[in-house]
Amino acid sequence: MSALLQIDRLGKRFGGFVALESIDLAVAAGERVGLIGPNGSGKSTLVNCIAGALRNESGSVTFDGKRLDGLAAHSRTRLGLARSFQLPKPFHSMTVAENLHVPALYTVNARHGQHLSHAEIDRRVEHVLTQVGLQEKANRRPRDLTQIEMRKLELARAMTADPKLLIADEAMAGLSHSEVDDILALLMRLNAQGVTVIMIEHIMRAVMTFSQRLVVLVAGRKIADGAPEDVVRNPEVVKAYIGE
Amino acid sequence: MPYIPTRYFCLIAAVITVAIAAASRLVTNDYFFFAGYVVLQYVVMSTAWNILGGYTGYVNFGTAGFFAIGAYTAVVLHKLFAPWLPVSIVAGGVLAGLVGLGMGYLTLRLRGVFFAIATLALAIVLQTLVTNWDFVGGSRGVYIIRPATGPFGHGYIEYLFLTMLVLSTISICVARAIEHSKLGYGLATIRDDELAAEASGVPTLKLKLIATMLSGALMGMCGAPLPYYVTYLDPSSGFNLAFAVNSIAMPLIGGTSSWLGPVIGALLLATIQQIATVTISSALNLLIVGVIMVGFVTVAPNGIIGLFERGGRARRRPAQKEAA
Amino acid sequence: MLSLLVNAIVAGVLLGGFYAAVSVGLALSFGMLDIANLAHPAFIILGSFTAYILNARFGIDPVLSGVLGLPFFYLLGSAIYQIYHFSFERRGEEALQGLSFFFGILFITEVALILIFGVDYRFVTASYIGPSVYIGDAELPLRMLVPFLVAIVMVGGLQLFLSKTFIGRAILAVSQDDLALRLMSIRPRRIKNIAFAISIATASLAGACLIIIQPVEPSIGRDYIGRVFAIVVLGGMGSFPGMLAAAMLIGVMESLTATFYGPSWSPAVAFGFLLLTLAVRPAGLMGR
Repeated sequence: MSALLQIDRLGKRFGGFVALESIDLAVAAGERVGLIGPNGSGKSTLVNCIAGALRNESGSVTFDGKRLDGLAAHSRTRLGLARSFQLPKPFHSMTVAENLHVPALYTVNARHGQHLSHAEIDRRVEHVLTQVGLQEKANRRPRDLTQIEMRKLELARAMTADPKLLIADEAMAGLSHSEVDDILALLMRLNAQGVTVIMIEHIMRAVMTFSQRLVVLVAGRKIADGAPEDVVRNPEVVKAYIGE
Repeated sequence: MPYIPTRYFCLIAAVITVAIAAASRLVTNDYFFFAGYVVLQYVVMSTAWNILGGYTGYVNFGTAGFFAIGAYTAVVLHKLFAPWLPVSIVAGGVLAGLVGLGMGYLTLRLRGVFFAIATLALAIVLQTLVTNWDFVGGSRGVYIIRPATGPFGHGYIEYLFLTMLVLSTISICVARAIEHSKLGYGLATIRDDELAAEASGVPTLKLKLIATMLSGALMGMCGAPLPYYVTYLDPSSGFNLAFAVNSIAMPLIGGTSSWLGPVIGALLLATIQQIATVTISSALNLLIVGVIMVGFVTVAPNGIIGLFERGGRARRRPAQKEAA
Repeated sequence: MLSLLVNAIVAGVLLGGFYAAVSVGLALSFGMLDIANLAHPAFIILGSFTAYILNARFGIDPVLSGVLGLPFFYLLGSAIYQIYHFSFERRGEEALQGLSFFFGILFITEVALILIFGVDYRFVTASYIGPSVYIGDAELPLRMLVPFLVAIVMVGGLQLFLSKTFIGRAILAVSQDDLALRLMSIRPRRIKNIAFAISIATASLAGACLIIIQPVEPSIGRDYIGRVFAIVVLGGMGSFPGMLAAAMLIGVMESLTATFYGPSWSPAVAFGFLLLTLAVRPAGLMGR
């Protein structure tokens, strides 16, 4: 069975600095993959290359059988590849609900054979808001939201795009214990509905609970890829994570 | 304020326009039309600028260039076959829109600051081109004979005033229509956070190009009647410093988040300037505008409308550098 | 014909050196600190007019006035950075308002100069304006050679400052990694302040050189916007050697254009390069 997301020998440099070197990764449909690595190891760069925010110099990204070379980020989202941002980037001049209207209008409605009416979009937005627990704040501005609510909005926006694959980039950073559980449950529910999820996190508890497979990135290279229990015992991984 | 669907807005705008046009028939003093033309010109320029500036967040510093494209297109057409004014207006708009598209295509894939720099340089280069082009008079300028009467009887200057009135209404309706449309949502996301917009499926380059074209086209249309208004056009008046700063100052001072801001800014500032130019020199006048603009940008970035709006739209957001 | 070409190239090289002096400040403020200082040309022109006043009133040599003016322009640059930082950088909204702020300053400067000096061209007198040095067939007008030498000294001195002194290296550091600098408990704001102030000071000295090369009037600043940004972008933003190469390239191309097509086309040359660079290789000639 071919992978939903196939990354072959992906490389990215910034001038003389090699951010990513020959990354190979295959993610099957429905999988829960955890991506970990020390700060600066290239995780966000990898996400940006997959999502199209950055252009990789070498290697390729194939999603759902389609090569993504040179495809703009918005087109990738329309194909079903969604991502959330590490630092939440809400649309500040719009309400929470309006924030979700955007992916509904521009992603869902842009797909072939799909056209949601205004009423259907409203319903979809409400549904997502309920799923993440933000329905009370539908008419508020992002600046009125708490940290965790902002994270939820960030995820909600990616969810509204009706993705096949969701990359959650450090969605739990800085949250309290119960808030982490909240987001974890949300991502598990999403996966249960059939969405493939790649979770990038530093919070080991969450990563271990969530992932069926664990991938480790260190200094731009993939050094481990397998079952979580095995990966954490890998000596190279342990070396990279002294003190974690 | 209750939401008025765009078609009713345009209907109301059309009615108001007809009313003003009818009322102006009663005016006998031509000075009213001369001054009114200038004020309305700025309404168009500010509204046009704001489509790209306020709605999308991309600054155009070369408004004088797009405006001049319209003016000089009219000059060329006039010398070739002296067409009906609306023809020149459309031609000016189309040409300016195309230039906007071309320049946008080259620079809009990069950060906003590069687009801004390119617009600034564009205006200067266009001025260089015109100064070297003898057909439109080069640096010596060109004389255009203004007909005595317009096509509806009455003076030609009244006809120019009414033309600009119609252009103002068109620009305001276009701006309003964009605001509440899917396009408007998309442009707002580009302004708020372009990366997040792309990630949400917004085709940012395409929308930016559309906004640039619309904005440039409106400015070109606005410039086309100018030769008939001034009757003598040379590069320094076509690329006037006043246009450069006013088109930006007026929306910034009035407020950039909706169609109303540029209109308020234009009406206010243009009227004050018309009165002031009688008493103080035009250079001092421009200096004051520049100082006020810098003042507003620094202290009241949401303009006059922002000062009245509580919990308003484009509120300042905290710097994201603090986090993590 | 050949001697025309040779002279055009020689003049271009001298011009290019001068353009490097004009742009080095922007390489600092925009290339390294990411502050899009659209008003950079305004300070060049202010430097020109300062040299003019000191020369016309007190007969002071323009290069000397440029040097004497450095501390004042440094303070001016520092003040402007404070306002910019306090109002825009800090709040993370540099885009629209920040650009408009600098544009406003550019505009206000030009209009204020028109009010004070009018639109006439102003020039300075000095012993080296007029005579030329000859190397073979090539003529090197002293009025271009002197600014060229001043430019070399200034750019070279700045490069040494950046690579050898503590503050200089801090500036290089802050241009690459704000956070790392903070961890070394050096406040980036202070470093940026110094760097920006230096950029303005260099602009003023370049302005003093400008008025040696040609007469100046207030609106000339606008011709320089396209040039300086083209040179900095083409040179790869923060890179000094790149900027030097770009300045030479544009200087020579402008000189050739002026010689064979007429001087009024010069502003278009730099702009053409700018558009080309932006369209093809935004990282410039020697990108980071």
